[in-house]
Amino acid sequence: MKAIEFENVTFRYEEDSPFVIQKLNFSVEEGEFVAVLGHNGSGKSTLARLSNGLLVPDAGAVRVFGVTLSDETMFEARKNVGVVFQNPDNQTVATIVEDDVAFGAENVGLPREEIGKRIDFALRAVGMQDYRNATVARLSGGQKQRIAIAGVLALKPRVVILDESTAMLDPRGRREIVDVVTRLNKEEGITVVLITHFMEEALLADRAVVMNRGEIVMQGKPAEIFERQEELLTYNLALPRIGVICNSLRAAGMPVENTLDAEVLAEEIAKCV
Amino acid sequence: MRIVAEHLSYVYNPKSPFETAALKDVSLTIEEGEFFGIIGHTGSGKSTFVQHLNGLIRLPSSLRRYKKKKPKKGEIPPPETVLRVGEFDLTDKKTDFRALRKSVGMVFQYPEYQLFAETVRDDVAFGLKNFSAEKLSDEQIDAAVRAALEVVGLDYGEMKDKSPFDLSGGQKRRVAIAGVIVTRPEVLVLDEPAAGLDPLGKKEVMELLHKLHREWCKTVVVVSHDMDEISENCTKAAVFSEGSVRYVLPPKELFRHADELTALGLDVPLTAKLCTALAKRGVEIDCDFTTEDFIGKVLAYWAAHGGRKGDNA
Repeated sequence: MKAIEFENVTFRYEEDSPFVIQKLNFSVEEGEFVAVLGHNGSGKSTLARLSNGLLVPDAGAVRVFGVTLSDETMFEARKNVGVVFQNPDNQTVATIVEDDVAFGAENVGLPREEIGKRIDFALRAVGMQDYRNATVARLSGGQKQRIAIAGVLALKPRVVILDESTAMLDPRGRREIVDVVTRLNKEEGITVVLITHFMEEALLADRAVVMNRGEIVMQGKPAEIFERQEELLTYNLALPRIGVICNSLRAAGMPVENTLDAEVLAEEIAKCV
Repeated sequence: MRIVAEHLSYVYNPKSPFETAALKDVSLTIEEGEFFGIIGHTGSGKSTFVQHLNGLIRLPSSLRRYKKKKPKKGEIPPPETVLRVGEFDLTDKKTDFRALRKSVGMVFQYPEYQLFAETVRDDVAFGLKNFSAEKLSDEQIDAAVRAALEVVGLDYGEMKDKSPFDLSGGQKRRVAIAGVIVTRPEVLVLDEPAAGLDPLGKKEVMELLHKLHREWCKTVVVVSHDMDEISENCTKAAVFSEGSVRYVLPPKELFRHADELTALGLDVPLTAKLCTALAKRGVEIDCDFTTEDFIGKVLAYWAAHGGRKGDNA
């Protein structure tokens, strides 16, 4: 089953501004982990906002689990598709962790006991169960972002979209988030769309999609995408540093396999000498 | 301007349940002309340290708060705290902090969030007007704003009347940096200048900092989490951990301590990871940890050990 499906979607922010997305066809299978890459302004955040009805396409249709998004179906769809944004400080509404996680669930009018259970589930899923009564303002960026994910999980969505949710975090915070979403995907079967410009994060996905000027220009297994260095450069995307090293060594005639794993590359180099 | 800190300590929320020692007896010297990196993860004290450099944290008041008791006879008195930036003695409350801030420019994280004026010109001119001792004429202001915008790579004529909020993310960050360097500071301190940008944006910001270092500010101090950024760009780097400085070394030497850095919970550059992994396999690569040098050294090693002929080995 297709979790999200874009059919000939066209969108622009204002009537006289250029189209951000034009005739886009794109879909995500249920249970899939997709990474979306692209430089700033390539349309990847617009894609996220179109996926749960925060933005409405000018032409074409967006379907969530087969249901076309419209004013009537949007609210139901939002329960299925949760979005986590970039800035951890902009996404918290309450002062105490459990109140913050409960906010969305309260809004959809769930019974009190059910909300309690959902908070337990959501906090455990992001590894923050010990912080239930902590003050949000005193958490680190990575912890706040995990709370934001928990708030989305409390609605039991089938799809979680992370719109550059790691961009403002330090390396440790970034690893926390990537670990959490990978686990959600593998263990809970939640469909994950990870929008990022950190190529290293895209490596964990089943499929990587590269966007440029509102179009999908490359897609495939992350390792395959990263082999096409020249092409990535034309879309203003830099290869992870390890890819640069691999390619330079290969260009000089050294028979190393393309890899994005430091240990594997070391092994490859050691084999040659 | 040389920056000298000796025995510098700082505590947040003293005498409360949230008391945290952010800096513990830190001593660190940053020479004039350095492209200096400050490394450490969140909560290591690096931001607290750089906030001292232009008096955002006023040392005299924090020193007064912990006025030490007179040592008893025979006791060794605690070491004096020293904090000097060029001629400015930051432990002295009579120091002209306004003049200091003009000489030490500070670019915070996500500086584009601090843009506020109606036009780019007014935004960049704001600090200039505030910091200058006498009133500047419009011509003087225009000239200074033009120079600052041009050095950060923006066209003055095209930009000056635009609202800063209509610009792209990368342009906003440049305008914000222009608003700091417009006073021609001798030292420029930047907290995570490339955070949140895409790879191309990161590269452009680092190139801009090198340009500023060459043409505009003698000393550049960059706070960063990105070890690759440090290894490729800095002349020297300090590692902060739990409020103390653990290392002050050029990247070439610093990243030889890959195991110790990992133990502190810090990343090391990819090149250092590769060198460690290769050493385990008996291949010693001695490089300065820039990507370019690493590739060169690996190829040289390969050539010296059979080169192409090694294919079938």
